[in-house]
Amino acid sequence: MPPQPYATKLAGWGRFPVVDGLAVKSEDLPAATAPAALSRGLGRSYGDSSLPADKNDVIVDTTLADRILAFDPDCAVLRAEAGLSLSALNRALLRKGYFTPVSPGTQFVTLGGMVASDVHGKNHHVDGCFGRYVRRLKLRVADGRIVECSDEHEQELFRATIGGMGLTGHILEVEFTMRKIPSPWIFGESERIANLDAMVAALKEAAAEWPMTVGWLDCLARGENLGRGILMKGRWAEADEAPRKPPPAKRRFRVPVPFPNLALCRPNMKAFNLLYYWKHVRRVRRGIEHPASFFYPLDMLDDWNLIYGSRGFTQYQCVLPHAADNGPARRFLELFISGGGMAFLCVIKDCGAEGDGMLSFPRPGISIAMDFPIHPRKTQPFVDRLNELVIAEGGRIYLTKDTFTRAEHFRAMEPRLETFNAVRRKWDPQGRLRSAQSVRLLGDSV
Amino acid sequence: MKVTVLGATRGMGRALARRMAERGDWLFLLEHVPDELECSARDLEIRGAARPVKTAVCDLLKPETFGPALDAAEKELDGLETVVVTAALFGTQEQLEADSDLAARLLVANYTNTVLFCEEVRRRLLRRGGGTLCVFSSVAGDRGRKPVILYGSSKAGLSHYLEGLDHKFRAAGLKTVCVKPGFVKTGMTAGLKPPPFAGQPDDVARRVLRAIDRGTPQIYVPPMWRLVMCVIRKLPRFVMRRINF
Repeated sequence: MPPQPYATKLAGWGRFPVVDGLAVKSEDLPAATAPAALSRGLGRSYGDSSLPADKNDVIVDTTLADRILAFDPDCAVLRAEAGLSLSALNRALLRKGYFTPVSPGTQFVTLGGMVASDVHGKNHHVDGCFGRYVRRLKLRVADGRIVECSDEHEQELFRATIGGMGLTGHILEVEFTMRKIPSPWIFGESERIANLDAMVAALKEAAAEWPMTVGWLDCLARGENLGRGILMKGRWAEADEAPRKPPPAKRRFRVPVPFPNLALCRPNMKAFNLLYYWKHVRRVRRGIEHPASFFYPLDMLDDWNLIYGSRGFTQYQCVLPHAADNGPARRFLELFISGGGMAFLCVIKDCGAEGDGMLSFPRPGISIAMDFPIHPRKTQPFVDRLNELVIAEGGRIYLTKDTFTRAEHFRAMEPRLETFNAVRRKWDPQGRLRSAQSVRLLGDSV
Repeated sequence: MKVTVLGATRGMGRALARRMAERGDWLFLLEHVPDELECSARDLEIRGAARPVKTAVCDLLKPETFGPALDAAEKELDGLETVVVTAALFGTQEQLEADSDLAARLLVANYTNTVLFCEEVRRRLLRRGGGTLCVFSSVAGDRGRKPVILYGSSKAGLSHYLEGLDHKFRAAGLKTVCVKPGFVKTGMTAGLKPPPFAGQPDDVARRVLRAIDRGTPQIYVPPMWRLVMCVIRKLPRFVMRRINF
């Protein structure tokens, strides 16, 4: 009996919007994807990219299709079903000395999601996006055929799928090259930084020396302190400096219920940012770190999205081109603060070269990401203003985080959209594959 | 530990086999679809199984496959030691009431054929002086309940059988472990509304593995279901007629 779709409510990690749809969940992805409009993994994209466009659209939950199909320890090539999570992969292979070449800030993502978002990580300035390491993909395309694509075969489809938000076909299997690591521990250094100019300069300086860097910003600090924060740098520890035991499993905690919306008032946010900044008492700290606390600090708190209360939250992430005076990033932060924006989590990162993914997010420049709770009236105009600034500065936004961008704004920041849409039309002339986001931003019809 | 698993390709069986592979157990898989067997065997090898994971085709709807499949397992593992059965069919009460063919298949697979398989295993294990037989029954077998009348009745029979086996043969070295899962989030329960204490397959696997190691005759997973079923078993009929649990 083929797996049966069932009516359910779906939301992204931001818990807004919440929409009705039909879900289907099975170990057998080829069977489950046959009637479906979209596949979704662990639902860690923030907005509506993994949500159905219509309540009668079938969405596949891929998380049960999580087998590792092949692994060659010599060349580190791994092939797995698309629902395999990064946490399961780390559990299986980290202690054997293999890690994903690119890791996002959470390990609760699936391989399929990592391809669809073409995720980037702390090593983007040297290693690029996840898509760079993908060798082959097995897709179920809109007409029902199962296609194996790579840079040698159906290259156009392959490149449109990397960063293509799952809109080119259901990703069934992913083959990519893992990275051999000298030990499963991290050698890290963190440094308190006084303001934005110093932060960007420090990121640049660290880029030459460290394979992994990322900055946290106190995004409520103004004036001279604008853009102050903590820069984190890391590399894999060498075997002789790392502890001999593999990293133990980390204890996890759970947020039991949504916090009251009032918990996120300005004084609380301010206090959190201040504490987090000054908790780093010594200016520089260095030493061996647990890989989970280096890569996935938030993963120790299950359901941390409930902290943002019942209305949900969104994340705004954009990349702004480099400028000698850091003007774009400064103007962006000023606009964010003057517009009443406040966030716990504001992350800054310098991006390296653009990848091959047709709609892949990163490009050379400074990427800034911030979480903020949704306000029923204020969030939409706020995001509009941020987008107008990003367009004026020649930057772009990350679809995986987006909930509020308007189609005309997205078109203005994405000259690559026409090429991407042309590939989609070729493989899916009837427009069978779609998401709530593709209807909102890419002009798909409902 | 040398383990033969019927049903390791999906759901709780998949999670349990992975836990066993991670700690380096020696695995042999039984299933009815050869491709699925191969994929799962490779998955378990990469996750740490001690030796190459070998397989044999065994179909719960075809009892004639049981003997040859167990022969293959015995030969490959150099004697059976622990046998786990997680395979079974499932249908909602509505589906089973509407489709008598499905109902017939489910009743045969979950009761008659599972028991026949266990009998094959029992003879083999006793012949070599004992071993462990771990079978997944269900809390659905603990009391006649509206949403699981047919499925529950098949599991009730199975639970009784396993209890009897334990009473009669434990002294002879055959340890029977009857696993009674409550609501666990697997493909089988996708689409059913999960109760507040629904379990995750990996957590269930951890507890079941401990029960196998200790030879616990009966285990509820998640453990909360022991309490829930204790209450349900005591409820008078007039209450059971009114509630939809």
